[in-house]
Amino acid sequence: MSRRICIYSAALAAVLTMGAASAQQVLITAGGATFPNPIYSKWFNDYHNKLPNIAINYQSQGSGFGVQQVTAGTVDFGASDMPMTDAQIKEFQDKRGSAILHFPTVLGADVPTYNIPGVTAKLNFTPEALAGIFLGKITKWNDPELVKANPGVSLPANDIAVVHRSEGSGTTFIWVDFLSKVSKEWETKVGRGTSVNWPVGLGGKGNEGVAGQVKQQPNSIGYVELIYALQNKMNYGKVKNASGEFVEASLASVTAAAAGMKEMPEDFRVSITNASGKGAYPISSFTWLLIPSKIADPEKKKAIKDFLAWMLADGQKMTEALAYAQLPKAVIAKEVKAIDKIQ
Amino acid sequence: MSAFTTTDFRARPPGRALAFWTRLRRGDEVAYTVTLTCALSILAITALLVFELYTNSAETRHKFGWSFLSTSVWDPVAGEFGALPFIYGTVVTSALALLIGIPLGVGAAIFLAELAPAKISNGLTFLIELLAAVPSVIYGLLGIFVLVPMLRSAEPAIRAVLGWTPLFSGPFYGVSLFSAGVVLTIMIVPFIISISREVILAVPNEQREGALALGATRWETTWNVVIPFARKGIMGSIFLALARSLGETMAVTMVVGNDPKIHASLFAPGYSIAAVIANEFTEATGGLYQSALIELGLVLFGLTMVINGVARLLVLGTTRKGAA
Repeated sequence: MSRRICIYSAALAAVLTMGAASAQQVLITAGGATFPNPIYSKWFNDYHNKLPNIAINYQSQGSGFGVQQVTAGTVDFGASDMPMTDAQIKEFQDKRGSAILHFPTVLGADVPTYNIPGVTAKLNFTPEALAGIFLGKITKWNDPELVKANPGVSLPANDIAVVHRSEGSGTTFIWVDFLSKVSKEWETKVGRGTSVNWPVGLGGKGNEGVAGQVKQQPNSIGYVELIYALQNKMNYGKVKNASGEFVEASLASVTAAAAGMKEMPEDFRVSITNASGKGAYPISSFTWLLIPSKIADPEKKKAIKDFLAWMLADGQKMTEALAYAQLPKAVIAKEVKAIDKIQ
Repeated sequence: MSAFTTTDFRARPPGRALAFWTRLRRGDEVAYTVTLTCALSILAITALLVFELYTNSAETRHKFGWSFLSTSVWDPVAGEFGALPFIYGTVVTSALALLIGIPLGVGAAIFLAELAPAKISNGLTFLIELLAAVPSVIYGLLGIFVLVPMLRSAEPAIRAVLGWTPLFSGPFYGVSLFSAGVVLTIMIVPFIISISREVILAVPNEQREGALALGATRWETTWNVVIPFARKGIMGSIFLALARSLGETMAVTMVVGNDPKIHASLFAPGYSIAAVIANEFTEATGGLYQSALIELGLVLFGLTMVINGVARLLVLGTTRKGAA
């Protein structure tokens, strides 16, 4: 009998110590954009290895999911490829009684990819040409707009087949945000969004769907995420930036686009498409973490603030290995200051 | 109750025996209640599903009313939503799949059940059941990387034969309503074959023997006696196939072209209800947009009910005629 009591008390003690250990565990849930998911997973994993008592569980279910869930309060912070709109911020304020803060984490970019039989040269695209093609106004590869930008390349008189993303995505948002800035007609007729009412073209599912369709369909053009194009060694065109220079997308030219930005607004909600400046690639964008300005749980608040500081310092060094462009130094300095806004 | 547990049944006086039968009947009642609950839970799940879809789509239902079903603009930026292109794409791809799949599936089932040697039949059936278990994303990938290029090379031949109809006109980009229909066919045929084969095998041998004794050939026996006998089960397999093709998401979205416009040509890209929900739901921000996608779910539910209802009526009609 006494032995049994002994076993019971030992078990009880074990349970109690486990309970004590888990009381210090800080479990943070987050969710949102899929595009930065690979780097976020690495960050959250490395941070957990560094500080085993902090675990961040990230559900990569889309930017819309991130905005909704952080507004509903079901996640501790969200993530999105497009900044929240004024209406969404107001909704957050009404529901949660505090402000929402945007923290840029890495940069992404879109590249035009094409398949024209017989053309191996890297094509130059003006913003007018891209807008014209995606509006369905430029329908042939030998359109003067394209010929003018590509001297020495013999472009065929074939019909252009346009391919775009079928599902809502941050990649699409960057693309149409750029088109909206360079074409009044695009802005009024189609506009910005993660899904839009495409004037022409086929929808491919995911980067791989667009890439596959472009590869198979002669005379087609589509757009994919730069990372996807780099990892799959795809051929893609240069795009003319606001300074009139044709720039090839690369991690450096994307960071240059962010660095060339004249003024970073206080809330970091900024679009850097159609950037100007030397070597700045014009179809780039930040992706953001959406963090409530008031976090009630002091342990969670500390963990999130510490993570942000780590992400802006050590975390940034990991980005290029995963083919994400890192933030410019000026933006990092500004963000470090903004961490104090979390109360 | 515990008093009964040690009682010897044979030695029990009549009064006690009666109690035993009551207990058995109670057992019946327990079984009845348990199974009834199981059955009711299906009803409850369905009702809850409709209720959720209905309440969460309130915003678009109030804004657009019935015109949601009859307009064809889908513009998330401007907040204009119409379901017609998606309904069209869903119906056309499923119809195409059934059109090709029914003769193929039923034909194969007849061969496997009636004509093939048992060894071949069992082997093939095993393979077919394997096919039914393949995840749909695999079919989608096969569609993109194998079927679409094949269709691309087969296109001139199809066009040469059928090009005069508006159904096969216009440019062909590989991904199209036609490709989606063919992929769906491949996905539903295993269902039709494997269920129809079971049903045909279950036809009593007396039926066959009777027909053969009357001097019918083997094929006459199969076609005039066995198939009519198994008709209901074969129809059941087709319903199941139809349900799968109406609701199929992944494989369709990968090959259909995802273009929310209505084109007469099967060579043109299209879109289906399930595909657009899967594509756009995660990134849908704003109440109206989400509400529109949820209402699409409601529409798909209604569409499935209507199509199944009509099909059932058709079956009822034909079986009555057959019986008379």
